[in-house]
Amino acid sequence: MDLVLPDFGLLFWTGLVFCSLLFLLAKYAWKPILNAVNDRGNSIAEALELAEKTREEMKSLKAENDKILKAAKAERDEILKDAKQTSNEMIEAAKGKSKEEAQKIVDSARDSIRSEKAAAMAELKTHVAALSLEIAEKVVRAELSSDEKQKALANNLASDINMN
Amino acid sequence: MKKALNNILIALVFSMTSFATLANEHGKESHDEKEFDVSEMIMHHVKDAHEWHLWGPEHGGTAIYLPVIIKTDEGIKTFSSSHLYHGEIIHEGENHYYKGVGPAEGFGMFHEKIYALDEHGALHFEDGHVHGNIKPMDFSITKNVTSLFIGSFLVFIIMFSCARFYKKNGAVAPKGIAKFMEPIILFVQDDIAKANINEKKYKKFVPFLLTIFFFIWINNLLGMIPIFPGSANLTGNISVTFFLAALTLVIILVNGNKNYWGHIFAPPGVPKLLLPIMIPIEIVGIFTKPFALMIRLFANITAGHIIILALISIIFINKNVAWGALSVPMALFISILELLVAALQAYLFAMLSALFIGAAVEEAHH
Repeated sequence: MDLVLPDFGLLFWTGLVFCSLLFLLAKYAWKPILNAVNDRGNSIAEALELAEKTREEMKSLKAENDKILKAAKAERDEILKDAKQTSNEMIEAAKGKSKEEAQKIVDSARDSIRSEKAAAMAELKTHVAALSLEIAEKVVRAELSSDEKQKALANNLASDINMN
Repeated sequence: MKKALNNILIALVFSMTSFATLANEHGKESHDEKEFDVSEMIMHHVKDAHEWHLWGPEHGGTAIYLPVIIKTDEGIKTFSSSHLYHGEIIHEGENHYYKGVGPAEGFGMFHEKIYALDEHGALHFEDGHVHGNIKPMDFSITKNVTSLFIGSFLVFIIMFSCARFYKKNGAVAPKGIAKFMEPIILFVQDDIAKANINEKKYKKFVPFLLTIFFFIWINNLLGMIPIFPGSANLTGNISVTFFLAALTLVIILVNGNKNYWGHIFAPPGVPKLLLPIMIPIEIVGIFTKPFALMIRLFANITAGHIIILALISIIFINKNVAWGALSVPMALFISILELLVAALQAYLFAMLSALFIGAAVEEAHH
């Protein structure tokens, strides 16, 4: 029967020891342990939160970077397009100008050729005239070398005039 | 394969039985030893004592004699229990008791209870109980009290070294003993306290729950060691479980809020006519909860000790070592089971305490 009946002495010692143990552990063990563990838990949670935040930031940063890159690409394309156009224009312009120039050169060459030719012709004409004059003089001299011949010529000429 | 194994086992048991019978007959013939009383031996081991028996026969073996502290009308008397155990053994009818000598003069001990002897220097018995002798208050450092000191000291040393680790290293990943204890401490904090008690209030009760958990667990384990400093049936002693349950009850009553008392004296949704029945039931309910805590721990741990002792007793009942082949594996199996029970009962006690405290501090919600 006394197995199930509390014994006062043991009850007293249990109370004393357990209460002291509770007090000592609460002060020297549970408080520092739980504080350290919970602090660590909090700092881990904070670190995780920070990591999550950083990841979000990175994400938005990346998106921004992408946007900037895209814009840069578009700008580059624009610039390239412009440059191409400009160069084309320049080439076209240069082509046109050179053609014009060539035309001009050809034209001037043609002009000078023409004027040269005219001058040459004029000179030739003068030469021919001089030559024919000389020839005519020589012929006339030969015709007029004797009196009969002078007469014959005069007659001839006179007949020509008469006929007219 | 399994069948063959079964056959071997059965054969083994039968052969042992025949051996045992032979040995028994032989024993009867040779000498008339005192009959081995299993229940007396088990009760003796399960109950408290004023000595810590180590080895050898019950009388004259090696034991640690613990100090006796008794409060009489003349004041507090202190002496070693060896003055009782090594005193005179008086036989009176069926009962025998120790008559103290030296400083223990004037006291007698019957079944580990100390009584003052009467003017004739004797104890009087009636129906196997001491009758008429004054029983002084016994504050002796008994086997269980010694075990209580050792167990509590162990709990304190373990937890203090854990705390020292954190103090030294700050909030870092635990190492050594802290690494082993931290998950258990966190388990008690999160899964026992936080899970059962209001989120805002649970912190206050964590130290109590932690202390009660580790106190019960370590002392349960200590009780499983068959020799000093173990073997005392501390957590299977009703005085200890009574105190722990009473402490839980006090905490519940002190912290019970308006909502808790309201549910007892004015249970919501109960017709007025039923109140005379409901209120007494609710009041009894206050006490049945810690009572169940007390009985559960006491019965589980005591039962574990009794089973192991009974299994080992098989050898002594049959007076043949061969029975050890049966009783030792069975005792080993039960011991391993008791390892689980040691943790389980600590968990249950803390868990249910938390549950009851949680119910007492729960805010009304409709």
